[in-house]
Amino acid sequence: MSTIFGIPAPALYGQILIGLINGSFYAMLSLGLAVIFGLLRVINFTHGAQYMLGAFAAYLLLTYAGIGYWPALVLAPLLVGVVAVLIERFMLRRLYGLDPLYGLLLTFGLALIFEGAFRHWFGAAGKPYAPPAQLTGALNLGFMFMPIYRGWVVVASLFVCLGTWLLIEKTRLGAYLRAATENATLVQAFGVNVPLLLTLTYGLGAALAALAGVLAAPIYQVSPLMGTNLIIIVFAVVVVGGMGSILGAIVTGYVLGVLEGLTKVFYPEASSIVIFVIMAIVLLVRPAGLFGREE
Amino acid sequence: MSNPPFLEVRGLNAWYGESHVLHGVDLDIREGETVTLLGRNGAGKTTTLRAIMGILRRREGVIRLRGKDLLGLPLHRVAQTGIGYVPEERGIFASLNVAENLMLPPNVSDSGMSVDEIYTLFPNLHERRTSQGTKLSGGEQQMLAIARILRTGAKIILLDEPTEGLAPVIVQRIGDVLVALKKRGMTILLVEQNFRFARKVADRFYLMEDGRMVNTFPGHELDARMDELHEVLGV
Repeated sequence: MSTIFGIPAPALYGQILIGLINGSFYAMLSLGLAVIFGLLRVINFTHGAQYMLGAFAAYLLLTYAGIGYWPALVLAPLLVGVVAVLIERFMLRRLYGLDPLYGLLLTFGLALIFEGAFRHWFGAAGKPYAPPAQLTGALNLGFMFMPIYRGWVVVASLFVCLGTWLLIEKTRLGAYLRAATENATLVQAFGVNVPLLLTLTYGLGAALAALAGVLAAPIYQVSPLMGTNLIIIVFAVVVVGGMGSILGAIVTGYVLGVLEGLTKVFYPEASSIVIFVIMAIVLLVRPAGLFGREE
Repeated sequence: MSNPPFLEVRGLNAWYGESHVLHGVDLDIREGETVTLLGRNGAGKTTTLRAIMGILRRREGVIRLRGKDLLGLPLHRVAQTGIGYVPEERGIFASLNVAENLMLPPNVSDSGMSVDEIYTLFPNLHERRTSQGTKLSGGEQQMLAIARILRTGAKIILLDEPTEGLAPVIVQRIGDVLVALKKRGMTILLVEQNFRFARKVADRFYLMEDGRMVNTFPGHELDARMDELHEVLGV
């Protein structure tokens, strides 16, 4: 069997793939967090719960309405997005202009409520969610076997990240969003409906989290606490990438996912803390993050 | 003087938090007129512009544009009545390139300048259209801040110290642009410290002190009133 640095090659490739998968979720989730933070200046602690809600929406749609994976990819983000729009309109909006701590407390409280309610209704154990029939099985890549669904997740997340990036960097709506991130008052004085832009941005960020949740359902199982475990790492990703930096969130998500995977191969003891060690180093060297602008 | 004023401000009071900063400001601008606000730093000139736009929210009194009340409108509805704002700090966005900055403000009427016309008037902006907005020189940023309002079809433009910190040759250029705008019938409310610049374009002056309008006089009286002005302005 071939080895690389004394590690069997299949084990190495396997961990790189797992790293890429985890990185896909880190990227999609930190992207939404970065967009929301950039414009609303809210540290959205509900993000993990919105990811969980997306997965549960897919599970419930299948269990109670017989609606499968493909429609759920659209419906679950839509549902969670609508809930997020209501949260922004009736709660978050009242906190703009106050200390960011209030937004953090509100979203943290909402996360606890969502997760507690779902644990009460469905228990803490994970619910299985089968991948769609078209994406079962594995692909022989020559150097390793790759489960097709996992390959799909990596490709789909790349498209989602690229699409979001294009929306923000290349469209009129994205220009409003970028400009409002810098100076919301002036953009509103030009006649742009910034309050609506804030609502849509929060809805879009939450919908992205929900989409990640649906993609995750067949891999990680659907459980009320699936977001809690992930969100702390995702916050570290956002900090490393630079608060509010879109590109930073995407690139850092994938890179840290793979680095974490590699750490599992070369020094497994450190794998659960490697991202936080990197975060600490980045904060020491570049407090604004790798892609962040100094303010 | 028979025409009703284009922009009418009556008894305008405004507050920054608890601090009362405008005290019953009255201001009339007729269509096509260029009016310049003079006053010391802190007299309330910028505040008057910000209160008219609605950026400063705590206001009382009357602000009407072409008879339409602006005071009750949410901030993003004010621009759509036909009013464009060029802030003192210029407000060029670093995360947008020059062309994106130019295209940012939504149109408020269909009588705005076309992008081609703007690039003819400001060739530098065309050359640098793919550069980051804040990479432009101060003068170019000022041109861009004015150009993006011209594109929207605004009928009145609020200009806050457009010549501040700029080289004489650029100041001259901005003066030419304002004269061209006047010829097109644009109504202009200008805040300016530079007398020589203001004399060239202003039809009328208002003099502000401590958040109040203390005097108004036509442009041609500027020279005769220099001594009085120097006393009020302390220059």
